[in-house]
Amino acid sequence: MSSIGNIVKISGPLVVAEGMRDANMFDVVRVSDRRLIGEIIEMHGDRASIQVYEETAGLGTGQSVESTGEPMSAELGPGLIGSIYDGIQRPLDDIRKVCGNNLARGVEVPSLKRDKKWSFTPTVKAGDKVEEGDVFGTVPETDIVLHKVMVPSGVSGTVKSIKEGEFAVDEIVCVIETEKGDRELTMAQKWPVRRGRPYKKKLSPNMPLVTGQRVVDCLFPIAKGGVAAIPGPFGSGKTVTQHQLAKWAEADIIVYIGCGERGNEMTDVLNEFPELIDPKTGKSLMERTVLIANTSDMPVAAREASVYTGITIAEYYRDMGYSVALMADSTSRWAEALREMSGRLEEMPGDEGYPAYLGSRLAQFYERAGRVVSTGKEGREGALSVIGAVSPPGGDISEPVSQATLRIVKVFWGLDSNLAYQRHFPAINWLTSYSLYADSLAEWYNNNVSADWMNCRARFMQILHEEAELKEIVKLIGMDALSADDRLKMETARSIREDFLHQLAFHEIDTYTSLKKQLFMMKLILGFNDEAADAIKKGADIEAVAELPVREKIGRFKYVEEKNTDEEFGQIQTEISSELDLLLNKEED
Amino acid sequence: MPREYRTIEEAAGPLLLVKDVENVTYGELAEIRLASGEKRRCRVLEIDGTNALVQLFENAAGINLKDSAVVFSGHQMELGVSEDMLGRVFDGLGRPIDDGPEMIPEQRRDVNGLPMNPVARKYPQEFIQTGVSAIDGLNTLVRGQKLPIFSASGLPHAQLAAQIARQAKVLGDNEQFAVVFAAMGITFEESEYFVQSFKETGALDRTVLFINLANDSAIERLATPKMALTAAEYLAFEKGMHVLVILTDITNYADALREVSAARKEVPGRRGYPGYMYTDLASLYERAGRQDGKEGSITMIPILTMPEDDKTHPIPDLTGYITEGQIILSRELYRKGVNPPVDVLPSLSRLKDKGIGKGKTRADHSDTMNQLFSAYARGKDAKELMIVLGEAALTPTDLIYAKFADEFERRYVSQGFDNDRSIEETLAIGWELLRLLPRSELRRIREEYLTQYYDTQD
Repeated sequence: MSSIGNIVKISGPLVVAEGMRDANMFDVVRVSDRRLIGEIIEMHGDRASIQVYEETAGLGTGQSVESTGEPMSAELGPGLIGSIYDGIQRPLDDIRKVCGNNLARGVEVPSLKRDKKWSFTPTVKAGDKVEEGDVFGTVPETDIVLHKVMVPSGVSGTVKSIKEGEFAVDEIVCVIETEKGDRELTMAQKWPVRRGRPYKKKLSPNMPLVTGQRVVDCLFPIAKGGVAAIPGPFGSGKTVTQHQLAKWAEADIIVYIGCGERGNEMTDVLNEFPELIDPKTGKSLMERTVLIANTSDMPVAAREASVYTGITIAEYYRDMGYSVALMADSTSRWAEALREMSGRLEEMPGDEGYPAYLGSRLAQFYERAGRVVSTGKEGREGALSVIGAVSPPGGDISEPVSQATLRIVKVFWGLDSNLAYQRHFPAINWLTSYSLYADSLAEWYNNNVSADWMNCRARFMQILHEEAELKEIVKLIGMDALSADDRLKMETARSIREDFLHQLAFHEIDTYTSLKKQLFMMKLILGFNDEAADAIKKGADIEAVAELPVREKIGRFKYVEEKNTDEEFGQIQTEISSELDLLLNKEED
Repeated sequence: MPREYRTIEEAAGPLLLVKDVENVTYGELAEIRLASGEKRRCRVLEIDGTNALVQLFENAAGINLKDSAVVFSGHQMELGVSEDMLGRVFDGLGRPIDDGPEMIPEQRRDVNGLPMNPVARKYPQEFIQTGVSAIDGLNTLVRGQKLPIFSASGLPHAQLAAQIARQAKVLGDNEQFAVVFAAMGITFEESEYFVQSFKETGALDRTVLFINLANDSAIERLATPKMALTAAEYLAFEKGMHVLVILTDITNYADALREVSAARKEVPGRRGYPGYMYTDLASLYERAGRQDGKEGSITMIPILTMPEDDKTHPIPDLTGYITEGQIILSRELYRKGVNPPVDVLPSLSRLKDKGIGKGKTRADHSDTMNQLFSAYARGKDAKELMIVLGEAALTPTDLIYAKFADEFERRYVSQGFDNDRSIEETLAIGWELLRLLPRSELRRIREEYLTQYYDTQD
C-alpha cells in the first residue's frame, strides 16, 4: 500500500515528510517529482524521517513524498556477475547510457538487464515437490559461474510446469502449485537488503581461504567463512591489500564494495580485473566478480546502503553453495555515514559523535558471514568470508569504529605506516596482527600442504618476536654486543622480512605465491638458518656467513616462476650446504 | 517579480533565520538587500516548515533585522563560464575584481557539480614531468591525479607549487596547460607571489584566478574552491584543456566549514570539525580526474598547512584518505637547507605505478624507486643509531647506508626551486647513488637492469 505525504523539512540528506502514517519503517520512498530515492528511518506519528540516497539540493517544502510500500531490496538473478552497481544496486553503466559521464538524479534503471536472454536448463520436472531454497534450474552466467536458480523463500509446493530455453530475467520459467494457489517464478527474486538471507545451519570454519599473499596464508590465515579487518592509516596500503585479496583469493565469487572511497580506484578495478587471469580457472577475474561502487563524492546516505546491498548479493551466491569473499573498503566511511544521519536526526551521540548503536550495527553486518548449510533439500554448503578495511583517523585504532570492529573479527591485519614508509608491502605488522583461525586450520595445512607447515610457521613467528627483542638491545648497546647466535637470528629475521613477507603486488610473478612455493621459501630460509648455526658452532665467522652469495639466491627465490620452483629449490639447498662447507674449510686452512 | 521577505528573525554568526517563506528550495541561492541598497549573497542551509536557515557568504555587519530583506533566486549557486575567463581575476564568489570588462558567459553551471560516474572515469596514467626529482622519481604525478602538498607554517610550499606549475609538462606533448588558481584565506603577499610567478613565465594568460584573501569573508571561502573547480571542469571537459588546479589553503577552508557547523550547533566530530567534513572535502577533491571520451583533464594540487606539523590532525588526515597520495614537507630538512624539503618516506603517489615504466618513463624506474626508498629508510635508521651509539656501533654495511642517506638528501632531494631536471637526469642521479651500495644489497632491482645500469660505470 502506498501513501503520499509532503516534505516539511530538509537538512542535507535528511528529509522529513508528514502525512506518512500508512508507510512502514524502512520503506523505500520517492521524493518530489524528481523521484529521488529515499528510505524511511524514523516515524513519529505521521511524520517520517527519510534518508535520501541522492543529492537533495533543489527540494522544497510541500513537495510530494510517495512510499512504495516495500523495503529496500536487491534484485537477485543471472547478470549480477561482472556488473558494477551504485550503493542501491543501479548499474552504473546503464546510468551512464541514460545521463552521460556524470551522475544525474532520480535515474531509474533495472538492476538486472532486461534485454539479455539467458539459457535456462531446468533441474526439476512437472510433478516434483520443491521447497524454498531448492534449485529448479541452472543458467551458465559466465564461463566459470553456473547460476543456480532457487525457489524463493516462503514458497513450496509441486511444480506445475517448467520451461527450457532462452529467457530474460523477467520472463516466467516455472509455475509452482502451492497451498495458496499457483506461484509464477522468474529467474530473479528480490530480497530486503537489511535482513540476512535464511540458511539451515551454521558451521564453524575449517578451511583456509588461500590468498597467495604470503604474510596472510602463512602467518595470519583467514578461514573460508571467516571475518577479517584491515585497519590502517592512509597510505599504508589498505586498498592495494584488498585488491590483491580480491584478485587472488581462492573464492568462487568475489563481491567488492568500494564504500566512500576514491573514484579512480574503482576505475582501476574495472580496467584491471577483466584482463587478469585467475590462476585456477584460466578465465578473466571479472567473470567471478561483482562490484559495488559508492565513491566518496556520491551521496552519503547510499554509502550506508551499499554494504547491505553487497552482502545480500554475496549471501545469494553463498546459498548456491559457492565460496564467496566480500571485501568492504572502507567500513569507516559507512560508519561516518551513520554518524552523519544520526547527527541530522539529533540523536544523542556516543563516542566521538558516532551513534550508540554503531557497535551493534557492525556486529550484525559481520555476523552475516560464515560457512552455512543452505535451505532446500539438497543442503548445499557455502561460505561467505568478509574482509573489512577500517580507516582510523590518524591511524590510531583506539577510535570507536576500529574498536567495535575488533570485538567481532577473528583476524586482524594491522597495517603499519612505518613499514609503508620503508615500502615494505604488504605493510601488515607481524607483531600486532593476529589470526584466531590459525589453530583450527592447522590440521588442513598439515594434511594438504605439508606436515611441516605449522612447524615452520611457528618458527617464523618466534624468530620475528625474538628479533623485536634483540632490536631493543641493539638500540641500547649496538650490534657488536650480540653473540654470533643472536646475530644469525637477526640475519634470519631480516631474511624472513625481506625475502618472504615483502611481496610486490605489481610484480608479475611475485603478486601471487602458491602454498607449495611458500613452503619452499620457508624451508630455504629456515634451512639456511639451521645449517649456518651449525657452521657457526664449528667456528665460521658470522660476517662471512651473512655475505654468502647463496643468500641473494634465497632472496630472489620469490621471483622464480611456479613451474621452476622444484628444480630451483633443490639447487639452492645444495648450494647452501656447499657454500657453508667451503667457508668452513677456508677458515680451517 | 521575486518576493522580498522582511522576516529575518535571527542573526547569529554567519547564519540568518528567515520566517514564513514559501517555495524555497534546499541549497538555493539568495540575496540580502540592506536598507542602504547594498546586496549580499547567501545560501539556504536548512528548511523546516516555513522557516529557512540561510548562510551568509559575506560579513553580517550592518544587517538590520527590521529593514533588511531576503530575496530567493530560485536557482542553485551558479557560475557563468566562458573561455574569456583565462587571464582574469575573480573574487571568491566568482565576480571579476580586475579592471577588465564584464564577462559574457557562454553557459551557466551549477557550482556543486555532479559526481563523476566511476564507469566514465579514465584511469590517470600519463606521466607529468614536474622537473622535481623527489616527485618525478619517487612520487610521480600523473595527469588527472589529486596530489596535495602537506606543509606547515613557515615552509616553502608556495615555491614548490609554483615550481610545479611552471615546469610541469607531459613528455612528447605540446598541448598547453591551463592553470586554475584558488586562494582561500591566504595573505596578499602569498597570493602575489603566485601571480608574479605566473607572470614571469608568461602563464598568466592561461590562468584563471579566484582570490579570497585573509581579510575577505571567511564564509566566502566555502564557495571559492567550488567556483574554481566549476571553471576547471568547463575548461577541461567542454574545451578539452589540461587543467592544473591549485587550491591553497585547504586548512582555511576547513576552518570556515567548522565555523558554520559551530554556528548551527551541530554535534562536532574530531577537534570540533563537523562529521561530514570527509564528504565535503571529497566533493571537492573527487572533481579531479579524466573522463572517457573527453580530451581534457583536471590535475589537482591542494595545499594545506598541518596545524602543529601534525599529520594526524583531521584536515591532513581526511585529505590523505581521499587524495591519491601526498607530498609532505619536512621542517627538519628545511632547517638543514634541503630545498624543496620533501620528506620522501611518508610522501606517496598512489597512481605512480601506472604512470611509470617502459614507454612512459623508463623500464627500470619502478625497481630503482623501490630500492631508493628502502635504502634511504635503512640509512635513516642507521643514522639514528649512530647518534645514540656512535659510528663504531654500526656494521660496515650500515655505515654505507648512513652515508647513502646523506648523499641522497643532498644530491637527489635538494635541487633548488629553479632547477628543472628531466626524468633521465633524475634516474641517472638515482643510479649514481645506488652505486654507493654493494651490488648484493640491491635485491629489489631486476638482474637485467643491474647489468644495464649498475655494471656499466660511465
